[in-house]
Amino acid sequence: MAEEEKGAAQASAPPGAPAGDAAAPPKAPWEDKPATPVPHDASAHPAVAELEAAVPGAVAEAVEMAGQVTVVVPLERLLAVCQALKGQLGYGFLVDLTVVDWPGREAGRFDVVYWLHRHRDESRLRVKVRVAEGQEVPSVTPVWKVANWMEREAFDMFGLYFGGHPNLERILTWEGFSGHPLRKDFPLEGIDTGAAIYPDVFPPGGGPVAGGGEE
Amino acid sequence: MESAHLKAFADAEEMEISFGPQHPSTHGVLRLMVKVDGERILDVKPIIGYLHRGTEKLFERETYNGCIPHTDRMDYTAAVTNNQGLVGAVEKLMGITIPPRAAYLRMILAELQRLASHLVWLATHALDIGAQTPYFYCFEERDKILDLFEEYCGARLTTNCMRVGGMPFELTAGWTDRCRAFIDQFPAKVADWERILTKNRIWRERTVGVGVISAADAIEWGLTGPPLRGSGVRWDIRKVFPYDRYDEVEFDIPIGTNGDTYDRYLVRMEEMRQSVRIIRQCLERLPEGPVMAKVPKVIKPPKGEVYFSVEAPKGELGYYLVSEGGDTPYRLHVRPACFINLQALPEMVRGQLVADLVAVIGTLDIVLGEIDR
Repeated sequence: MAEEEKGAAQASAPPGAPAGDAAAPPKAPWEDKPATPVPHDASAHPAVAELEAAVPGAVAEAVEMAGQVTVVVPLERLLAVCQALKGQLGYGFLVDLTVVDWPGREAGRFDVVYWLHRHRDESRLRVKVRVAEGQEVPSVTPVWKVANWMEREAFDMFGLYFGGHPNLERILTWEGFSGHPLRKDFPLEGIDTGAAIYPDVFPPGGGPVAGGGEE
Repeated sequence: MESAHLKAFADAEEMEISFGPQHPSTHGVLRLMVKVDGERILDVKPIIGYLHRGTEKLFERETYNGCIPHTDRMDYTAAVTNNQGLVGAVEKLMGITIPPRAAYLRMILAELQRLASHLVWLATHALDIGAQTPYFYCFEERDKILDLFEEYCGARLTTNCMRVGGMPFELTAGWTDRCRAFIDQFPAKVADWERILTKNRIWRERTVGVGVISAADAIEWGLTGPPLRGSGVRWDIRKVFPYDRYDEVEFDIPIGTNGDTYDRYLVRMEEMRQSVRIIRQCLERLPEGPVMAKVPKVIKPPKGEVYFSVEAPKGELGYYLVSEGGDTPYRLHVRPACFINLQALPEMVRGQLVADLVAVIGTLDIVLGEIDR
């Protein structure tokens, strides 16, 4: 990790930033200040250029940080981009799919993040789409089967609707649960869930509160 | 008694049975809706979430070092590798290089944890299939590993044994000798268990050709760890993206050929030998020096995002960290190996016998704490 990190930090630092080290006596990297990676534009990165060549106009934004490349893709191009990524470019392994909630952001409240791996040269690429509240995301299950449960989890935790998903139901919480726990506006101490499960036993608002309540 | 109900039951060709969540061979609280035709499995639908504790939500209010104990409770048979993934992600985002001694300590503990996790797998997997003897031997060895953990960090299971920037403690006096004594006697034990199982006719009948998944399917379904390698894909995070100092030690990645339960068994048995090999090299080369890098008192990674993964005993365990520059993560997502591996279960058992279902659950080596988080 050490080597990789040093390389990544140097590669991502803007030119001229780590100057001044030449004169000082060399310090072991663990005794020195951390070489914090800096995000920078990656439009010229080969992985991005490759994608741009395969699907012209697909890359809205490309950033590299700590040696990891992120491309932002317009939502309406997502499925075409994913098909090209898997078919032409060989990203056969969808490692991870998740969502980040940015309430109040103008460009759309959610980031859906796809993290891809290519076995040919062991490279990885992060694909992001920005989604507004209530907007439907095309499911990538036709492209990578593994996305099935990942998208179910994203639906459960964030309430994002994945169009074309074969079986979009809650996976970690139960079917009567209301709310999407990983949204930033979901209270950390939980919500009253009693009424949702046993409406005849607990009146609305009268059920047990997950996380203890206020007494 | 000729009730219409009984007759309909006897004539029925398809049946749905609920398996778990309290069934002991589901390794926790996994529930399966199994559609069977006699003894043949037509389809399986895993139902999970019984152990969901909202770990990712809890991460968002904890400081970075405060997140570490939460990771212990995900895959509770492999807490060390869970810790390793989290601190690795934060260090990557902050650009921290940890001292070599800390890196070597991490590798020793992680490989010991891999042994402990594989021992739980072997014990329970063999027990599920009907071989009771290895259970006792495996847990005896695992206990010795947990003793080493206890001596190092005070905890046996939920170790919380790493910090951002290095390791919290120096080794106690004589720890390396006790560790060496353990790994010196361990390979003979592995050979013993192999003598019990590898050529055992019952074991082979129960595992060869059971739960087969091809290499292409394994990649398609996102399998990682031993289930992927059992299908013949030589792929291991420790080799592909070496973290800590894995690039400085020599070890091999065992692979299978048929992608069945037996091959995954062989892969894990060989992995144990390779782990011993790694620990031995680490103990030989263990450098002197500090175990903690110079890190600020309050860990505040810069604004940005990073993904970092380790080769956990179950597969690729990844952390996707989004920071807004504060002292708590803005979002910390876990890429759980077991969750993804379990998804391939229906694919692997369709058309097989009900008894094989238990074998395939065992061979996937799932821990529900990580699946449900």
